Amino acid sequence: MKFQLKHLVPLSIFLVLLGFLMVGLKLDPHEVPSPLINKPAPLFEQKLMTDANQTFSVGKMRGQVWLLNVWASWCTACRQEHPLLMKMSQELGIPLVGLDYKDTDTEGLAVLNQFGNPYSTLVADVEGRVGIDYGVYGVPETYLIDKAGIIRYKQIGPITEEVLYSTLIPLIKGLQ
Amino acid sequence: MMKKMFSIIALAFFLDFNGVGVNAQTIGNDPAIESRLKALSQELRCLVCQNQTLADSTAPLAEDLRREIRELIAKGMTDEEITAYLVARYGDFVRYRPPLKSQTAILWAGPMILLFAGFGMLLITLRRRNALIANDKDAEE
Repeated sequence: MKFQLKHLVPLSIFLVLLGFLMVGLKLDPHEVPSPLINKPAPLFEQKLMTDANQTFSVGKMRGQVWLLNVWASWCTACRQEHPLLMKMSQELGIPLVGLDYKDTDTEGLAVLNQFGNPYSTLVADVEGRVGIDYGVYGVPETYLIDKAGIIRYKQIGPITEEVLYSTLIPLIKGLQ
Repeated sequence: MMKKMFSIIALAFFLDFNGVGVNAQTIGNDPAIESRLKALSQELRCLVCQNQTLADSTAPLAEDLRREIRELIAKGMTDEEITAYLVARYGDFVRYRPPLKSQTAILWAGPMILLFAGFGMLLITLRRRNALIANDKDAEE
């Protein structure tokens, strides 16, 4: 049989399909890209969980690079992330704001009393309204916000060592 | 045997009606708002359980979003404004019908392109086969 170009057609179709499938393997359908990246962080003002006489507001964070970590006492993945947050609070040197999402203050504080509090500021979002403004759909989620109050990065799910060292720290250094 | 089957069928009906009862419970006070909420939430995706609509999902986030939509309707926002409000927070993914944009062009055009490619191949194959049959007839004569 003589070799003809058209004999390559099935092979090339197969290779294209293989390419699509391989890309598909690396995509996580649970990671929905946030439309809030490079947009201003939604403003909110909330009493501190640790001191009801003081309030936290996003507006007051202007001029600082900071992290907003959305967590809850009922969230098991947050428990996994917790030791790394403790490490980050000591090593990063930037404010780490904790938003206790759809939780009660008593339960949230109890977890932090037991395992340690990595947050420089701690606020509650009992009804999940701040969460909706930030497009939170799976705790833990972490937002990196720059000096101008723009969201630069969103981590969906727990921060891992890899994310911290290869993504977050370089980004923070670039923004400072 | 028959009796057993009958009771299974009866049980299935009972369970089904039970399901309807649960749905009916979620209907709130203002029927106009509830019907708009229902129509709108059937077009929106629950982000926690991604293959369910906001109307069907019982995830806590879906409940919060339904509460949010209810409040936005009460504020007088149109369906388009409410959809835009949610897209601004969660992205186009919350919509079950993705909008036609440059990013989604392949998604919309893809099936059509494949259909026409299929027709094209069919046409070529049929023509070739006709030509072969015609050749055979010529040879026989």
